[in-house]
Order: sequence, then C-alpha cells, then structure tokens
Amino acid sequence: MVIDSEKMKSLAEATSREDVVGRSLWADARRRFFRNKAAIFGLVLLVFVSLFAIFGNFVAQWSNEEIDFSVMGMVAEQGGPSLANGHYFGTDDLGRDLFARTVQGTQISLAVGIIGSAIAVVVGTIYGATAGYFGGRIDNIMMRTVDILLAIPYMFVLILLLVMYGRSITMLFVGVGLISWLEMSRIVRGQTLTLKGREYIEAARAIGVPAPVIIRRHILPNLIGVVTVFATLLVPNMILTESFISFLGLGVQEPMTSLGALISEGSGTISYGTLWQLAFPLLFFVLTLFGFFFVGDGLRDALDPKDR
Amino acid sequence: MPPASTHRKNRMIVYILKRLAIAIPTLLLLIVFSFLLMHAAPGGPFTQERELPAQVLANLNAKYGLDQPLWKQIWNYIWGIVAHFDFGPSFVYKDRTVNEIIAQGFPVTLTYGGVSFVVAVLAGVTLGAVAAVKHNTIIDYFAVGISIGAQVLPNFVMAPILVIVFTLFLGWLPGGGWRFTDPSYWIMPVIALSTSYMASIARIMRSSMLEVLNSNHIRTARAKGLPGHRVIWRHALKPALLPVISYLGPAFVAMITGSVIVDIYFSTGGIGKAFVDSALNRDYAVMMGVTILVGALTILFNLLVDIIYGWIDPKIRY
Repeated sequence: MVIDSEKMKSLAEATSREDVVGRSLWADARRRFFRNKAAIFGLVLLVFVSLFAIFGNFVAQWSNEEIDFSVMGMVAEQGGPSLANGHYFGTDDLGRDLFARTVQGTQISLAVGIIGSAIAVVVGTIYGATAGYFGGRIDNIMMRTVDILLAIPYMFVLILLLVMYGRSITMLFVGVGLISWLEMSRIVRGQTLTLKGREYIEAARAIGVPAPVIIRRHILPNLIGVVTVFATLLVPNMILTESFISFLGLGVQEPMTSLGALISEGSGTISYGTLWQLAFPLLFFVLTLFGFFFVGDGLRDALDPKDR
Repeated sequence: MPPASTHRKNRMIVYILKRLAIAIPTLLLLIVFSFLLMHAAPGGPFTQERELPAQVLANLNAKYGLDQPLWKQIWNYIWGIVAHFDFGPSFVYKDRTVNEIIAQGFPVTLTYGGVSFVVAVLAGVTLGAVAAVKHNTIIDYFAVGISIGAQVLPNFVMAPILVIVFTLFLGWLPGGGWRFTDPSYWIMPVIALSTSYMASIARIMRSSMLEVLNSNHIRTARAKGLPGHRVIWRHALKPALLPVISYLGPAFVAMITGSVIVDIYFSTGGIGKAFVDSALNRDYAVMMGVTILVGALTILFNLLVDIIYGWIDPKIRY
C-alpha cells in the first residue's frame, strides 16, 4: 500500500506539472552569453568604467578645472597620486586633478563612442535595408556610393574638416557619424539580401504588404542580432577614432578633455618622470576597449552559434 | 567555343576594367570634394590679422589663380594633377611647391609604412595560422592572448610605451628621428604602426583557418592520407587567406593614417608631418595634396587587392 500511494503521488505530480516553458531565441542567446567567461569579464569592465564615469565626480575632491597651487610648478615631485591631498590619480602638468579629468575624459570618450555607433545604427540600417530589399539598379547605385565613400581616406578628410570649420565637439560628432555608417550599411545589406529570399517575405509580398511595411515589420526585426553585434564592436572603433584625433590636438578642446587628449598630454610629459599622467588615462582607455571588444565578441558568439 | 582558360582570362580583364571604371571617378570625386571644401572654408589663405591692402590681395589672388571662376579653378587644379602631376604652390611657404613638400616626406613614409605592412601581414598570418592548427592548446591561448592584448594598443598608445621602455629605461633605441641607413631608427615606428593590425590579421586568420580546417575538402585530404603539413600548406592556407586579403585594403588605409601619429611622435619627417604642419598652418594646398595622394594610393591599393582576390578565389563572380 505504501508503494501504491507513492506511485499515486508521483503520478499526480506528473499530471499537474505545468507546460514546459519554451526557450525563445533570445533566451537561448542570453544563456550562451552568460556562460561565456570572457563576455562576463567584459561586461564587468564596462559596468566598472560606466560607474566611474557617472559617479566619479562625487568621489573626486577637486574639480577638473581647478588648479592646485600647492603643487603647481613642482608637479614631478609633489603631484603624484596621493590620498593625503585628494589627488587620487595625481595632477596633470598644470596642477589640475587628474582623477576628475580622467572621469571627464571617460565620459566624453564613452559619449563619442556610443553616439557615433548610434548614428551608424540608424543611418546604416535604413540605408542597407533599403538597398538590399529593393535590389537591382537602386542597390547598385547605393552600394557603389558606399564603395566610393569607403575609398576616401576619411581620417584625412575629417582632419581637413576640423581644421577648416573649427574644432568643436559637434563637428567631431558630425565627422565621426558621417563615416561610421558605411560598414554597417554593407553588413545590413548583405543580411537583408539573404532574408529577402525567405518564404515569409514572399508571402507578405504576395498578399500585397507595401515595401516600407515589409522592411519595418519583417526585415528590421530580423536584423537586430547582426546590428547589435556590429554596433557593440563599433563603439571601441569610434573611441579609437576620437582618441586619435584628440591625440593630434584637433578633437575635444580645453577645458574639456577626452581619454585620447589625456593620453596625448601624458605621453608628452613622460620624460619629466610623471608616468602617472599617462598610466591612469591609458588604464581606463584600455579597460573600456577591452570591455567593448569582449562583450561584442560574446554577443556574436551568443547570437550566431554556427560553428562553435 | 574558346577554351575555358581564355574565357576566364577575358572575364578577368573585364573585371579589372570594371574596377578601374569605379576607381577613376572616385578619385575625381575626391579631388572635387576636397577642392570645394577648401573653397567653402571660412577665411581665405591670405586672411591675416593685419588686413592686406586691396591691391596686394588682388595681386596675390591673381598669382594663385584665385580670381578665376570656381569651375575654372577646379579644372586647372585637376588638369595640373593629371597632366603634370603638379599640386600647385604652397599657400604658406612662398618658395616651395606642394610637390616639393610631399616629395620630401614620402620616401620615409613609404619605407616604414611598407616594412610595417609586411611585418603585420607576415606576423599576423603566422600567428593566426599556428593558433588555428594548434587549436585549444597552450599555443592557441598564447596567440589569442597576444592578439587580444595588441588590439587595444593602437599606434598612439604603443608609441609612448615603446619610448618609455626602449629609450628612457633601457636606452637601446633612439627616441626619434629618421635615417635611411640605420635600421635602429626604424624599429619603434614599425612596431608602433604594425601591432594592432597584426592583431586584427591574426584574429581574422585564426577564425577563417579554423573554418577551413573543419571543411570537407580538408577532411578528404586527410582521409586519403596526406601528411598534416602538406594538407595545411597545399589545401588549407590558400582558402583561409581570402578574408585576410579583403582586410588588407582597410588595413592599408589605417596604416597610412597611423603614419601621422608616427611622424609626430618619432619625428620621422614623413608625409604625416607635412599634413599636420599644414593643418596647423592652414596651408590648404598641402593638406589637399596629401589627402588626394593618400586617396589615390588607397584606391590603387584596393584595386590591387580586388585583382588578387579575383585571382585567388575561383568562386568570385566577375
């Protein structure tokens, strides 16, 4: 009898068990992403850098513009990193607090990277999806234009623009945004071409759904994976571009600063023995790039598990 | 019916002509675009704090041909470049032409740029291929580690680090300057310029090699008993190189761009220095000359890459 009652119990349990919850594509991808140690490491780095950029100013004892006159002129001897005078990362060559400046530099670099990438997502996706969906001559003209634009040494043109029309952060955003969408549009077009041949698109077309609606409802949602991965990997590239220009002194202007500008300043003064002026901006620069690269790679592996 | 090989050759020629048909308008567009940009820029080349007398300004404009209508200026400029390879006079240095300024720096850039390019490709391909062949071994992890680390070290980060280590601490290498005869001046520019591209090439090579090594024709080659090294050299390497080849174009552009940093940081006196100096002096003529030259080189190089690609990849449609 004992055995019987146990059997009944397990039977009751089995019948009352809820339906198995299906795993969506996204849940699957999320699981793969969180299993990837490198991706988690990248995510942790990004969270750390973001927290630093957002809350760093509450921790800083000095503002980024204030000059500490007690160390000015003796930066090499007294401007080093110290907890006693509140300069956690030391001071820069003029005696300004490097901690506050690194916070600001990280903010600007992140902003440039994310905004540049966002422009690429919007413009590149619309452009690429349109070219890929319509195909034929429209596609040919649109993509040849991209080919031509890609063949232009954009960094030189960007520097040309910055010199001729003044160095401002808006100009920098415009310049970075102008070039960033080209590669994105190519990738989106390629993906659209393969999507276009699928049966459900054909079905939609057969029942008379207009092209803009097909693109919006059926093509774009299926592009999200590719676009997300590429956008994530684009952010560090945008940061690199901005830093390159700021390193040349053509990007963000004083009193604002970016990581590239700080690295430039720091590397200009290393011969005075003020290594920290290079080390701290460089550290945050490298952490940010690492973070984005790892997360981007992790996303790619998670969303495209083809050969792994 | 012509034999297949001539047929293929003909199609190859058509393909090359097609690429040329894109390359030439691209170059013209670049010239016109940069000319218009310069024309539209606020302030002329002779704008100074002390205003010039009207007659002097008129004479200057006449000398540089700036009094002519815009289309004629553009035409003269293009014609000068195409027919005589003449980029006109510098706007700042009264006694120098753009050609002279470019000719001074160009050989230097070409030397360290070329060496960097070869180093990046050879080292990157080797690293990537070895990592793929020794997949999931300590060698693979080591190679991946190097390429990930090198990726976040662009030229403007590598340059100061190299100077700190090799000049300030070790004192082995000169911190800057350039001599054609002394390769110790070449080492740091080349390392700074090639590191991050080496890393990218290694990553691309590794993943494409892994894909090729898992493909059917490699399995067949192994199955028929070919020794491992022959499988890799004869069958795996060529298809695995294709994605690397298509990356060479962007890598080339990026390296030319990077020469700006190298020239500034190591005072190598290449074409990047001419560009930055002219940018700071607002010497638009030199800036445009350099931009157009770099653009022409880029287009030429992309053309070359396309042709090589078409030659190696039997699947490509011309």
